[in-house]
Amino acid sequence: MENVGVLMTCSMSAYLEGELEKRFKLLRLWESNSKAQFLAGFGESIRAVVGDTKVGADAELIDGLPRLEIVASYSVGLDKVDLNKCKERGIRVTNTPDVLTDDVADVAIGLALATLRKICLADGFVRSGQWRNGDFELANKFSGKSIGIVGLGRIGTAIAKRAEAFGCSISYHSRTKKQNTNYKYYSNVVDLAANCEVLVVACALTNETRHIVNQEVIHALGPKGILINIGRGPLVDELKLISALREGRLAGAGLDVFENEPDINESFFGLQNVVLLPHVGTDTLETSKAMADLVVANLELHFLKKPPLTPVV
Amino acid sequence: MILALATKTLVSHIWRPPPISTKDHNRCHCFHRFPSFNLSFLPVLRTKYTVLDPFADPPDPSFPTLFKSARVMLCFGPKPVTSEDLDRYPSLEYILGTSAGINNFDLAACRRRGIRVTSAGDVYSVDVADYAVGLAIDVLRRVSAADRFVRAGSWPVQNEYTLGSKVSGKRVGIVGLGSIGSRVAKRFEAFGCSIAYNSRKQKPHVSYAYYANVKDLASNVDVLIVCCALTNETHRIINKDVMTALGKTGVIVNIERGPLIDEKELVELLVRGEIGGAGLDVFENEPQVPEPLFRLDNVVLSPHKAVLTLDSFAALEELIFSNLEAFFSNQPLRAEVELD
Repeated sequence: MENVGVLMTCSMSAYLEGELEKRFKLLRLWESNSKAQFLAGFGESIRAVVGDTKVGADAELIDGLPRLEIVASYSVGLDKVDLNKCKERGIRVTNTPDVLTDDVADVAIGLALATLRKICLADGFVRSGQWRNGDFELANKFSGKSIGIVGLGRIGTAIAKRAEAFGCSISYHSRTKKQNTNYKYYSNVVDLAANCEVLVVACALTNETRHIVNQEVIHALGPKGILINIGRGPLVDELKLISALREGRLAGAGLDVFENEPDINESFFGLQNVVLLPHVGTDTLETSKAMADLVVANLELHFLKKPPLTPVV
Repeated sequence: MILALATKTLVSHIWRPPPISTKDHNRCHCFHRFPSFNLSFLPVLRTKYTVLDPFADPPDPSFPTLFKSARVMLCFGPKPVTSEDLDRYPSLEYILGTSAGINNFDLAACRRRGIRVTSAGDVYSVDVADYAVGLAIDVLRRVSAADRFVRAGSWPVQNEYTLGSKVSGKRVGIVGLGSIGSRVAKRFEAFGCSIAYNSRKQKPHVSYAYYANVKDLASNVDVLIVCCALTNETHRIINKDVMTALGKTGVIVNIERGPLIDEKELVELLVRGEIGGAGLDVFENEPQVPEPLFRLDNVVLSPHKAVLTLDSFAALEELIFSNLEAFFSNQPLRAEVELD
């Protein structure tokens, strides 16, 4: 397989890079001056693309790779992969589900606790020496809160399971009602938001779900409501979110994703009622290795003409 | 119906609106502070009972005549109540404490005088357990440090943040499987964590692995959560041996009392990288926090606030009123401390 040309779109993981280098002829898109230049020079030799949440495989890239057989994404979300184009061309697409479910669910709960209990603010309060001058303010209880989950997939379900151990009640919205669950279903996100205290966005980003959390949803969630987003930035109308947080029409937010990463809207920096994470939902030593191993396994199986482990297309 | 208040610093802290200058706040190191704005129930208390404040400023004119008749003492925060304090109130029959801990009361003196004692019991347990889990996730997944990273504008510059450590599936060790510890355990179980514990005695109906000493517990877990009361026996129960046994990737969380941990050792081990990280809501000499900790990103610092939620205070208020009513109508008291 050392002659198989594999293109890595960005430097997503040094470990993954090493593993790919050992097995394939690895090319690095980020080392090139321009995508167009790279495609002109090397397009013909690439049979596999490894992309991630920052740089995937869009139409331009796919068009420039006539011998492309498989896109193995180092992520579970595939919003950066032109799936329709892949289907047209008969290109395989794999992702990394399950291995990262726990990590993302852990961050969702961690964000909810950090936001409601003001953990980051308190840490800053101590570090800046303010504790010497007086007490910290009261925060809000997490246990027993009603949690509304947008998207009850693998990650949404894992979040629900954890929240239940805190005595939280769970309700959800999904494209279709799930048969094997007792959680309360809402056929639209506004009703879900109106009936919960913490709204967690855990669904995939598609054309249909862009800004699924809009002004109306934010209003329904209300001035005591908390929004947690561990899905994708564009799932939330960020400008509306920012003004709601600023004006106290929403109590707080815990965000791991933003509409424009890594240059997020600077207005967030002025808000005390939001916790900001740099898209670290899957960023643990354990999970990043497991994801990389799965990418490599998918590629190896494909080039051995065997079915990949986690195909999407 | 007459009550007396026993704690000087608390009284000056809570009986008046917050002063504009905060410099004259007394800082009793074992004083578990209440935020000054959340004492809505005290005026209500005064409508039902005569409340005597030994430290009122200006002095309460009725205090000298009435204090010897006071039957109940309301003790806010873990300020010590000594035998001498009790000598001052010869009619005292009942002390109502507002902390979960009772290490500040001279219980032997109470027993000798036939004085009953109640604590805050379970009112804070849920919030404290939640906070312990929140601190653990924060340390392992670097939540506070990453939030600082983003706010400093470092994300576009450095592109990636340091990898954290997975929470799910970690081995969690709980020191003290009481009201708080058992709730911490239940929460971590939902993260697929295995639970082990140390307690004075093994609990009969509990399936978690039991370790008779804390060092063995620490050797066999990844995350150690300190959930036990501070007593003479548990002072510095988390010592250098225990922390070394926990190891380079181990994380410790303390939401109970600072003196349960040998703080000087903890700081040294953290600075040298001999222990993986710490989430600390309590310290040996609050509000002093060892300065080397401020430079560490694998430490989350918190100003003794695990009980500071609206809900906990509402529950405390309910307990106080309920116990006062019960006492004055000879009904059983809730969260009564056994004095035997």
